Formats: sequence, structure tokens, C-alpha cells
Amino acid sequence: MHAFRQVIHAFFNPHSYTLAIPDVWAGFQVNLKMMGIAEVLVLVFALSIAIVRGLPGPAAKPLRALAIAYTDFFRGTPIIVVSFLIGFGLPGLQLAGISNQSNMVYGVITLTLVYTAYVTEVYRAGIESVHASQRSAARSLGLSYFQSMRYVVIPQAVRRVIPPLLNDFIGLQKDTAIVSVIGVSEAALTAQQFSNRNGDFPSYVVAAVFFVLITIPLARFTDHLVQERERKERAQAF
Amino acid sequence: MSVAANGNGGAFVQIRDVSKWFGELQVLDKITLDVPEHDVVCLIGASGSGKSTLLRCLNLLEQVNEGEIVVDGVRLTHEKIDVNELRRKIGIVFQAYNLFPHMTVLQNVMLAPRKALGISRDEAEERARPLLRRIGLEAKADEYPDRLSGGQQQRVAIVRALAMQPKLMLLDEITSALDPQLVSDVLDLVRELADSGMTMILATHEMGFAREVADKICFLDGGCILEEGPPEQIFRDPREPRTRQFLARVLEAERMS
Ligand SMILES: Nc1ncnc2c1ncn2[C@@H]1O[C@H](COP(=O)(O)OP(=O)(O)OP(=O)(O)O)[C@@H](O)[C@H]1O
Ligand SMILES: [Mg+2]
Repeated sequence: MHAFRQVIHAFFNPHSYTLAIPDVWAGFQVNLKMMGIAEVLVLVFALSIAIVRGLPGPAAKPLRALAIAYTDFFRGTPIIVVSFLIGFGLPGLQLAGISNQSNMVYGVITLTLVYTAYVTEVYRAGIESVHASQRSAARSLGLSYFQSMRYVVIPQAVRRVIPPLLNDFIGLQKDTAIVSVIGVSEAALTAQQFSNRNGDFPSYVVAAVFFVLITIPLARFTDHLVQERERKERAQAF
Repeated sequence: MSVAANGNGGAFVQIRDVSKWFGELQVLDKITLDVPEHDVVCLIGASGSGKSTLLRCLNLLEQVNEGEIVVDGVRLTHEKIDVNELRRKIGIVFQAYNLFPHMTVLQNVMLAPRKALGISRDEAEERARPLLRRIGLEAKADEYPDRLSGGQQQRVAIVRALAMQPKLMLLDEITSALDPQLVSDVLDLVRELADSGMTMILATHEMGFAREVADKICFLDGGCILEEGPPEQIFRDPREPRTRQFLARVLEAERMS
């Protein structure tokens, strides 16, 4: 009975919640900021790298190789290692403009580097899923390679990859907590500090709830898009 | 007259000893063919005889390995030609229509004139709308292709090519994917084009139609033009036994259906 009361106290002390919520919320705003910035950057960089990987001809071979090396490296390296590399490595280089940024900036760089590699693969699958006859049709009308990509292939590819892309973004949103290892004062780190001070755990519960609350709408929206697509495809099959 | 029109004294389309391999497989075998301006040439032949490949080579969607192709005085097989420039003069329509599904009918027709020729949106629309009216689909201008029947989609694909005001049209079995009752609308449009003097090369399985519109029929067999001549001769009195066999088989199949 005593142990039970202790658990209750450690997790559900109402007073502790009233203190933890504003504290963790302040940290969570850093997460939100990192998500927003990293997501926009990832969308742009990943598309660029996916396009580079698809460039035709022998002249583009070095560029393609570079793009492949990039995605291989950042898909294969644990994000926590990338965090250390960026968060401790870049300041260590002592380069003007690069080495004196805030931890949050290093966090955003880490997330962008890693998730750009994932999302590049998503885009690439989308681009390859557009049937070759669409390119033939575009090229045969006299559109250049880039015009065909820009107006015909990529718009179709992007529509198809929205659900898997949103899935990756759910991962990105959660991984904003990992960059706490380089000292970004985001929700997880704030929660940990709060917990250490108070000797209880409501701050972690609060952090968990914040993350879940912003993930649920995205997850439902992704489900909705997938269902929509399936419905459309079924309708077309008949 | 057409000879003088394109400067170098040859026919509008000149194909000389063209051969093409896919790996080990020879798909075109020393094809030689002249198409004068305003003429309609029909390619017939069994599946796999190389009709599509020949058309795709004419539009540089495939590279020939040997021989020479000249269209409107431009040597396609020359390395330094501007591929996009050339393609703007040559329209091609495929069996599978290949309309762009994320664009409306009107946008499909306007895209290439706007982006490849760089004309304004208004000008492109002025070009596109009469073309859609001509095929009776102006009311569908703002629909997406998946809301159209196969025959309607194929006619849009044809006017999409026409919007570039090409000098040569290549049509690759454009009615093969269509239900029989939708074929005639598409063929009417092609007939109209032929009557208006468009130079065309078409691969087709519609023998009746080939006979009616073609100035010349080429029978392809194993990548060779085995026999060519005016439709009356080819259909009534083919010289080659293989041509005779092929026609007998196709006409039999048409009767059965
Ligand atoms: N991209 C390719 N790679 C390899 N082989 C090909 C390719 N395209 C066509 N072929 C082969 O070339 C040969 C000629 O094909 P082509 O499509 O030109 O025939 P076709 O006369 O148009 O036949 P169909 O009446 O069925 O359309 C076939 O044996 C085909 O398998
Ligand atoms: Mg074919």
C-alpha cells in the first residue's frame, strides 16, 4: 500500500503538474520551432537531391555519386551520432559563422541532414513511380528534360509521396527530442531537469502528451490521404 | 512542289538504311522510306515487327544505330541537332494517349505551346480552344482526363500534339486501346487531318482505314519493309507471300469480331 501511494505521488502529484506544464511548454516551443524550420528545409533539399540523383547522362555521374554518398551516409548513421558530430564537431572547427551558432541551430542542422536523406528516398520512389510514357509524352511535345520534370513528372510524384512523407515528418517531430543530447533546451531536456529537481515524473508525462498531441492530427491526416487514394484507385479500376 | 519546299531536294521525310538494335535483338533492318510532304504513309505488320520503334526513332525517342533520317531538311542522325527544337515540329500520339492526369484538358493542350514555344497564356488559350471546339470537346476544357472516355482522351492527345502546329504527325496505333464504338470519332479526326494536307506516318491495325487514307502502305516484317506500294496494290494484289498471309489473318480476325 505504501509503494502504491509512492507511485501515485511520483506520477500524479497534481501540484507537480501545475508547475511542470508551463516549464515543459516553454521547452516544447523550441521543438515546434525546430520541426517547422527543419521540415521546410527538408522538403526543399530532399527534392533537389532526388532530382540530382535522377539526372541522366555520363556528365552528371559525379553529382549522382555525391548524392548517393550523402543519402547512404546519413541514412546509415544513428541520429544521435550525427547530433554529436554537428553539435560538438562544428563548434570545435572554430569557423566564423558556423562555429558560434546556438545549440538549437545545430539541432536543426542535424535533423535536416538526417531527414533530408530519408525524404530524398521517398521523393525518388515517387519520381520513379511516374510511368516512363509520361516523360515520353512530355519530351515528344518538345519540352526539355527539366521542363518535363518540372511540369509533368514532379507534380505527379509529389502527390503520390505525401503519405510516406508525412510519416517521415512524424519521425522528425519526435526526433527533435534527441538533439537534447547536445544541450538544446527543448521539452525532453526541460522535463528531465524538472524531474531531477522535484524527484518525480509528471514533467515526462507532460512532455509525452505534447508530442502525442501534435502527432495525432498528422497521423490521422496521413490515414485520410491514404484512404482517399485507395478509394480513387478502386473507383478507377471499374 | 513539295520537293522544292524543303530545300535540299529530297522528300519531307527521308529514311535511309536505318537499323536499330536493342542489345542483341535487331528491331529495324535497313529501313529505307521517303515520305513526300502532305502524304500519308501507313505502317502495317505483325506485333513486334518494329512499327513503334520506327516512329519513335523519327521523334528521337530512340536512337538509331545505323543509317540516316532527314526530316524537313534536318538530319536527325547528326549529333549536334537541337532535339527539342526538332520535336516541336513533329507530333506523336501513342496508343495509350498519355495525357497528363494532373492537368485539365485545356492545360494539357496549352502546356507545350506555353513552355516549349514560350507563348503567352492568352495566346496559348486562343490556340487551344478552337482545337477543342474542332473535336467537340470545348465543354470538357476544365475536366481532368480521367473524366473523359478513351476516345475523347485520344482526341485530346491528338489536338495536344496539333497545338504545337507540327509539320509531321506520327500516330502509333492510336485506336488500339479503344472500344469499337469509340474508334470512329478518332478516325474521323485523322481523316480530317489527312484531308487538310498534314504529312503523317501511322502505324495501324485498322486495314480499312489504312486503305482509305494512305497514299502508301508499308508492310513491315522482322524489322524490314518487306513490301510497299499504293493501298490498292497492297490490299488487292500483294506480291510477297508473307504480306498475303498477314492480310489474310488480319481480315479473318476482323470478320470474326
Ligand atoms: N525498349 C525496348 N527494349 C528492348 N526491346 C524492345 C524495346 N522496345 C521494343 N522492343 C522490341 O522490339 C521489337 C519491335 O517492337 P515494336 O514495339 O517496334 O513493334 P510493333 O511493330 O510496334 O508491335 P505492336 O504491333 O505490338 O505495337 C519487339 O520485339 C520488342 O520486344
Ligand atoms: Mg507498336
